[in-house]
This record gives sequence, structure tokens and C-alpha cells, in this order.
Amino acid sequence: MSLPKPAMRGLLAKRLRFHLPIAFGLSIIAAVAFKFTVTEPRKQAYADFYKHYDSMKEFSAMREAGVFESVRPTGK
Amino acid sequence: QHTLEGNRDHTAVIHICLSIYLDRYFQTLYSSLTVVVLVHLSSDVDVIDCSVPQYNNRLDTPLPDVPFVRNLSAEQKKLKEKEKGSWTQLTKEEKLALYRLTHELSYAEMRQGSKEWMTVLGGIFIFLGFTGLLVWWQRVYVYGDVPHTLSEESVAQQTQRMIDMRVNPVHGFSHKWDYEKKQWK
Repeated sequence: MSLPKPAMRGLLAKRLRFHLPIAFGLSIIAAVAFKFTVTEPRKQAYADFYKHYDSMKEFSAMREAGVFESVRPTGK
Repeated sequence: QHTLEGNRDHTAVIHICLSIYLDRYFQTLYSSLTVVVLVHLSSDVDVIDCSVPQYNNRLDTPLPDVPFVRNLSAEQKKLKEKEKGSWTQLTKEEKLALYRLTHELSYAEMRQGSKEWMTVLGGIFIFLGFTGLLVWWQRVYVYGDVPHTLSEESVAQQTQRMIDMRVNPVHGFSHKWDYEKKQWK
């Protein structure tokens, strides 16, 4: 039986040459996907919330509900 | 340099003599003790002599230290004699017999695996179930009453307060409450 001589050297280099581009590519894809599915919508949600946010109105509503200890509701 | 080497040899010799002397001293002690122990053991178990090389079935040792069959019968001895000649004279059955003399399990048999995991998993689940029963009993008969803050009325008051406080108004809790219609969205 005359088998061909197997590869004796450069095994790690061969593996890295194959796997490293894949690893980097997948990581970059994961990061980009996270950015555009999570962080951008989150930033947009906060921007939209604060665009028409009337802080005094919210404060008065909270005060009337009685959640503050520093200011009582206007009734008393 | 010559004298230093000599000194080191002397101390080495002294150490060896001392260790042999102590070994002999402890051996007599140890053997007198083990006589008592061995008398009891030999009636129960086969004691393996771990001081001589042993056979093992391992994937990483293809040629173990000793052959599997140590005491050959007459025809096995004849086969071993035939093995000393040209191997082309051996039949297939003889080659297999020679293999089984030196090895207990083949690689395929070693890798085989068993269905033991089903038993293990079943045992785990049985004991988990039994533990669940114990925990249930404990919950009913050992633990006291639950705090009053977990009652329906108290939870409703807490939820109302969270809505009033505007907890997580962007994404979370209060975001799901419609403040105009006073209901969940």
C-alpha cells in the first residue's frame, strides 16, 4: 500500500488562514447587526420620547398623585 | 571542584543508607500491621497487585504493558510458536486468535459506549421528583404565611404607585400605560 505522505507542516497556518477571516467576518456582522437592531432603535426611542416632553406637566401630574415627599399635592 | 563532588557523593550515600535502614525498620512494623488487615481482606476481594505492570484498555495506549492472556493453554502455546515463523502462513482465524490473546477489546469495542446514560438520567429525574415532593411538603407544613404585600389589593396599590412615579417611561413599565385613557395600551 503506497499512501501519499500526509501534510507534516503548516497545519496551524492552514487552519488559521481558513478560520480567521470567517471569525472576523462573523464578529463584524454580529456587531453591525447589534448596532442596527438594538442601539439605533433605542437612541431613536429616547429621542422621540424627549422631543415632546413637557417636564413641568409631568412633575405636576406626579405631585398630584402624591409620590413626592418634598412637595405635597396642591390640595393641602 | 573534585572535593565538592566527593562530598556530594558521600552525602548521597549517607542518605541512601539512612533511607534503607528506616525502610527496613518501618517494613517490619508495616508488615506486622498488614498481616492483620490482609487476613480480613483476602476473604472478600481480589486484591490487584499494583506493583507490577497491568493490562489496560485505553484508546491512547495501543500496546499495553502486558498481554491480556498471561497463562496460555497448550494450543495457545502452539499458536505462539507458529507466530514465530512467517506470518503469511497464519490463517485469518489464527491471526484473530493471536489478537485476542494480547488484547481484550478492539478499538471499535472500546469506543462502543453503552446505554448507561439512560439509567443515569432516569435516576436523576427520580430523585429530582422526590426532592420536589419534599419541597412541596416543606412549603405547606414548614413555611409561615406569605407577607401581606403580596395580596391582590396591595399589588394593585403598588402598581398604581409605579405608574404615578412614571417608572421606565421610555421602553418599559409606564410606557405600556395609556395616561389619557387610564388603562393598559
